[in-house]
Amino acid sequence: MKLPTKKLAVALAAFGLSTAALADITIGVSVSATGPGAVLGGPQKNTTELFPTSFAGEKINWVVLDDASDPTNTAKNIAKFITETKVDVIMAGTTTPGVMAAAGPAAESKTPLIALAPNRLDGEKFKWAFTMPQPIGLMAEPLLEHAKSKGYKTLAFLGYHPDAYGEAWIKTLEPMAGKYGITFGPIEGFARTDTSVTGQVLKLMSVKPDAVIVVASGAPAAMAHSSLSERGYKGQIYQTHGAPSPVFLKNGGKAVENGVIVAGPLLEWEQLPDSHLSKKVGAEYAKAYEGKYGKDSLSSFGGHMWDGWAITSRAIPVALKKAKPGTEAFRVALRDAIESEREIAGVHGVFNFSPTDHSGFDSRGRVLLQVQGGAFKVISTK
Amino acid sequence: MDFQIHLLLIQDGVTNGAIYALLSLALVLVFAVTRVIFIPQGEFVAYGALTLAAIQAGKAPPTVWFLVALGAAAAGADIWQAVRESRGSRIPAILGINLGLPLALAGILQVAPLATLPLVVQVILTLLVVVPLGPMIYRLAYQPVAEATVLLLLIVSVAVHLALLGLGLFFFGAEGTRTPSFTDGSLSIGPATFQYQSLWIIGITVLLIVGLFAFFERTLYGKALRATAINRTGAKLMGISTDMAGKLSFALAALVGAFSGVLVSPVTTIYYDTGFLMGLKGFVGAIIGGLASYPIASLGAVMVGLLESYSSFWASAYKEVIVFTLIIPVLVWRSLTTHHVEEEEH
Repeated sequence: MKLPTKKLAVALAAFGLSTAALADITIGVSVSATGPGAVLGGPQKNTTELFPTSFAGEKINWVVLDDASDPTNTAKNIAKFITETKVDVIMAGTTTPGVMAAAGPAAESKTPLIALAPNRLDGEKFKWAFTMPQPIGLMAEPLLEHAKSKGYKTLAFLGYHPDAYGEAWIKTLEPMAGKYGITFGPIEGFARTDTSVTGQVLKLMSVKPDAVIVVASGAPAAMAHSSLSERGYKGQIYQTHGAPSPVFLKNGGKAVENGVIVAGPLLEWEQLPDSHLSKKVGAEYAKAYEGKYGKDSLSSFGGHMWDGWAITSRAIPVALKKAKPGTEAFRVALRDAIESEREIAGVHGVFNFSPTDHSGFDSRGRVLLQVQGGAFKVISTK
Repeated sequence: MDFQIHLLLIQDGVTNGAIYALLSLALVLVFAVTRVIFIPQGEFVAYGALTLAAIQAGKAPPTVWFLVALGAAAAGADIWQAVRESRGSRIPAILGINLGLPLALAGILQVAPLATLPLVVQVILTLLVVVPLGPMIYRLAYQPVAEATVLLLLIVSVAVHLALLGLGLFFFGAEGTRTPSFTDGSLSIGPATFQYQSLWIIGITVLLIVGLFAFFERTLYGKALRATAINRTGAKLMGISTDMAGKLSFALAALVGAFSGVLVSPVTTIYYDTGFLMGLKGFVGAIIGGLASYPIASLGAVMVGLLESYSSFWASAYKEVIVFTLIIPVLVWRSLTTHHVEEEEH
């Protein structure tokens, strides 16, 4: 009778493991480390390697899984976190569909979710999820402010359309622009894989808006920008936080000079004033990340993961006073602590969550950059 | 909307249309000879562009190892066939062509100072890596089912497309790249300015079309392909190997695809998945030509380019919708004007 003893041993071992896990804090991470989302998810996975394995006198178990840019896998990973690893916090959703897949199970199991992509959750799902990236409205304000201060009356759109990112900006700018005395339009769309935007640019040139906002990412954002410059557009060109990256400057070259860009504070943390709470955190993250992965490897997407830990690590000591890790009471206490803690400094800004605001940002979550001499210069931190 | 705008839109449309025209020619060729609707055509565009970008960055392109792997698989399949037909004497030649040459190429790419080579040599190396993928894919995916129905071949095409797309992501990553222009700057003639790269694209397209025409009209291999296209069984009876015809047409398709990629990559950033949409637009052109006529297919493809350029001016959000909707009136018109004879399928 060999088999039963073996089974018994396995069962005992499993029991031993699960009791050991009960005393530790377990954090489940599901990101898109491979697949089309890898540009975003890769740096997020890399960032988890920088996190401590013990904190506030507790051992931290990091369970990092890859969803291969497929929300179905995200759902499977989350189910594993909840039923098998019994995590205390979930950090997931490199892309919006990933967040959607994670939010339901997280709320049902009463597990706090650090959402790494923008989302529009509501009800119970909203209650348990905290969103790391800045909302579009927050990013649109300083651009419109800048346009108003220069006396621009018309702002045209040239960006990803139809597309979720472009759509989010259009939906935000349409109602907001009027308050700044600016007429928004026309809306000209292109796709990431388009080989040229000549037609759209010519259309804009015939309308002659005072300013154009380019809503795209990296290389395509540079292509749209340089097409405008090369066709002789003289107005102001704005870019969104999807654009700034080394490839934007490299592909754009002289054509993107003077472009005004809204971005999170991480990208140019060295230029932040010393009073900015994100400067110290940004320096810490940039040094840790570039120390391990090489110079110029820093990406703003990894920063959202760092902020996720900044928030969680602030809440853990508070929650530990109320309950033991591995229990529902601990997860509830953790969620409450995230919501009630004030002035949590992250690399993307300073978080003050409330029961109605689960993005927690204020104007410290953005900066205005201008391309000057082939580099990004911070021109405003308001 | 003045004359200047028309001029720019036409220039843009013709430049893009030239690339679509090349792809539509390759699609017509492959379909005529093998009855395969070659959906992976666009992948060769991406592979060509990204392989060139890797070479220019001084790295051995990952596609060369794919070539070695496919070569090994193709050699295995050929040897198995040779053994079954008791023609063991062929084995050294099979190994040499399918495995020896790719390995030699991989060796060259490992040691050569890739980044500093002249552009022409870089382009030739790119073509040497990417073009043999065409016949090898034919050998592995299509040759075993060459006599199957058009539908089955189409399904195989979808599978090959998805496999190549995923491998492209694995080889090159999700980030796109752009290569420098062949010649920088632009040329002004009267009111019009032409980017040199656009002129390169249009010029090389015309050259390639003339070259293909000469190949089909003047060479024995070209005539063999035409014969296979007109009547497979008849060609077989005349001693033309349909396997050879299939491989040759795939090699030409890969050549045209990879060259399109090389041409277009200085104009725009190419991602691992850019080719698919370009291939589809070439396909619209090919459909206009009824998947049979080369001149109508290339004119159709240029029309697609112009339509795309004008719709990006008038209604940019609906650009793709407009381009792909074009296929419906074309199909209606074709089904009304041509007497469709159902091809006998086994």
